[in-house]
Amino acid sequence: MKDLIRKLPLPAALAALCATPALSQSLDETINGVFAASTGWFVSLIFAPIPGTSFPWIVAWLVIGATIFSVYFGFVQFRVLGHSIGLVKGDYSDPNDAGEVSHFQALATALSGTVGLGNIAGVAVAVGIGGPGATFWMILAGLLGMASKFTECTLAVKYRNEYPDGRVSGGPMYYMTKGFAARGVGGGKILAVVFAVFTILGSFGGGNMFQANQAHAQLTNVFGDFPGFITGIVFAAIVFAVIVGGIKSIAQVTEKVVPFMGVLYVGTALIILLMNFDMIGWAFGQIFAGAFTGLGVAGGMAGALIQGFKRAAFSNEAGVGSAAIAHSAVRTKEPITEGFVALLEPFIDTVVICTMTALVIIITGQLVADPATGLYIVGEGGAIQTVDGNSGVALTSAAFSQSIPFFRYILVVAVILFAFSTMISWSYYGLKAWTFLFGEGKTTELVFKLIFCFFVIVGAAASLGPVIDFSDAAIFAMAVCNISALYVLMPIVKAEMDSYLSRLKSGEIRKFA
Amino acid sequence: MSSTIVVAHDGSDSAERAMAFAVDRAKAIGGSIIVAHVLEWSPYSFLTPAELEERHVRRKQELERAETALLGPVLKAHAQSGVPVSSEIRYGHVTETLLKIAKDADAIQIVIGRKGAGSFADRFFGSVAGSLVQTCPVPLTIVP
Repeated sequence: MKDLIRKLPLPAALAALCATPALSQSLDETINGVFAASTGWFVSLIFAPIPGTSFPWIVAWLVIGATIFSVYFGFVQFRVLGHSIGLVKGDYSDPNDAGEVSHFQALATALSGTVGLGNIAGVAVAVGIGGPGATFWMILAGLLGMASKFTECTLAVKYRNEYPDGRVSGGPMYYMTKGFAARGVGGGKILAVVFAVFTILGSFGGGNMFQANQAHAQLTNVFGDFPGFITGIVFAAIVFAVIVGGIKSIAQVTEKVVPFMGVLYVGTALIILLMNFDMIGWAFGQIFAGAFTGLGVAGGMAGALIQGFKRAAFSNEAGVGSAAIAHSAVRTKEPITEGFVALLEPFIDTVVICTMTALVIIITGQLVADPATGLYIVGEGGAIQTVDGNSGVALTSAAFSQSIPFFRYILVVAVILFAFSTMISWSYYGLKAWTFLFGEGKTTELVFKLIFCFFVIVGAAASLGPVIDFSDAAIFAMAVCNISALYVLMPIVKAEMDSYLSRLKSGEIRKFA
Repeated sequence: MSSTIVVAHDGSDSAERAMAFAVDRAKAIGGSIIVAHVLEWSPYSFLTPAELEERHVRRKQELERAETALLGPVLKAHAQSGVPVSSEIRYGHVTETLLKIAKDADAIQIVIGRKGAGSFADRFFGSVAGSLVQTCPVPLTIVP
């Protein structure tokens, strides 16, 4: 699978551009080899199967966590949806707080960090390996993940640091230290340090290399093959300009364009679904059948389930703790309100956007099935055979282009913008973890930012396989720490929630006219 | 009996002319003046994570600047006029917020200048004058 995206012909023009194509290809391979060799042990540890099964323990960990939070909070994600939307609209915001960070802004910023290539490329990986059935498990994981997100973002606001100069810093590191102390539980500090280390790794992995990698894959897919490190250097230069050079305009433009790209993406997906209206019933049939039988995919039903859960977690980051850092800046007297708002995030990200991608891939018939048995044909490496041999973002691109040929060019722009905005968000998350460990200061911050830019180049140059494995591993390692902390702190959230909901019911909390 | 006049002030010359006009009016009717300055703001804009972190600080700085550099001199200049002048700084959509200030103060009139300076002022007096004309529930005076 990993070499498929590189098999496209090398156009003469680009060959001329790269003076020594042979050398640059071997540079890619060297980076790739070193990368795979140095991260392999970490990946195997995180994805080790539960003894006696093929089920990775980490996936079970995330899903069990999300299920426990859902049950513990009485399926809060379905009870407060209306109120959540009211909060985002600003119905409950004090007009005197105008000019402060609103619920909408915190949600939008957190979303631009999560809506990224996970929604476009990650879903293609899930469906490409796990078949249509992976979609079902992905949606289920998204719905359950809303409760995890609710818990972590409430805590992030409650235990954030407010500095004398008025800046705020929040996130799992802070609720681990302060929250554990409040509950009289030890080990919070150690957990926070471990979490911060994994956050830094995650910010290099899923928040950085995976994005650069898939942006490059989409560029080569549309414009022909060229060495990854070129994309990497260009990306790294822009990221450098923003995070080191402090050129805010680039980030601000991205922040403003990304939501429109998101709407455009979902809108286009809807148009394709409408064009294939008669196939929607069939597609859902495939999703349900695949969810429980696997329809011939590697690992059967468990294979579909693992892929769906994995990619959902990777896409919406519920339980990972990353978005909690962005959500913590909101101005509110009630931390729980940010939890109510944050739970919309997995819904928008996974239940809406990821499902759209999956449906388009399924409906446009990208996956090759045996006409006699109806089972999907699995090629080498466990991936389902696709019409043009595509995987990852190229598969999504092929699916969309089949109905709307020029869409692959729009998708290039979307992919680059999503990748870029996710990198900017994750550079911030990583930096927060870094300063939590090493203290604030110009030099220490610069060191982190330079390493971050370096990994942009590595990510674009390495091939999909090792990068995606390491990205997943680092992000899931964050979830190990974060969900452990959420178990300890969830009674605090429960008390906040009960108090708030009873005051909302009694009319003590009401809309500002 | 309240006879408060709201003057929209962005620090420009035309706003100052509006202010002078309003002071004369208030003197004649024995009323008072609220100088209002609105900082353009939408709770639905998109910010980067770093901007979120600094938002609270920036807001404090912006308010302070508006208070000391913009409205302070205005209040000082008209302190001797014999008309009670108070100030009001708010964030929001400019037209809507001006109307809100006028409504909260039970104002009898809004006075604005017609042409400001700079891009912010252009926006302020371009569309704001136009939309105030359409929506203002009390008499509106536009001073050229």
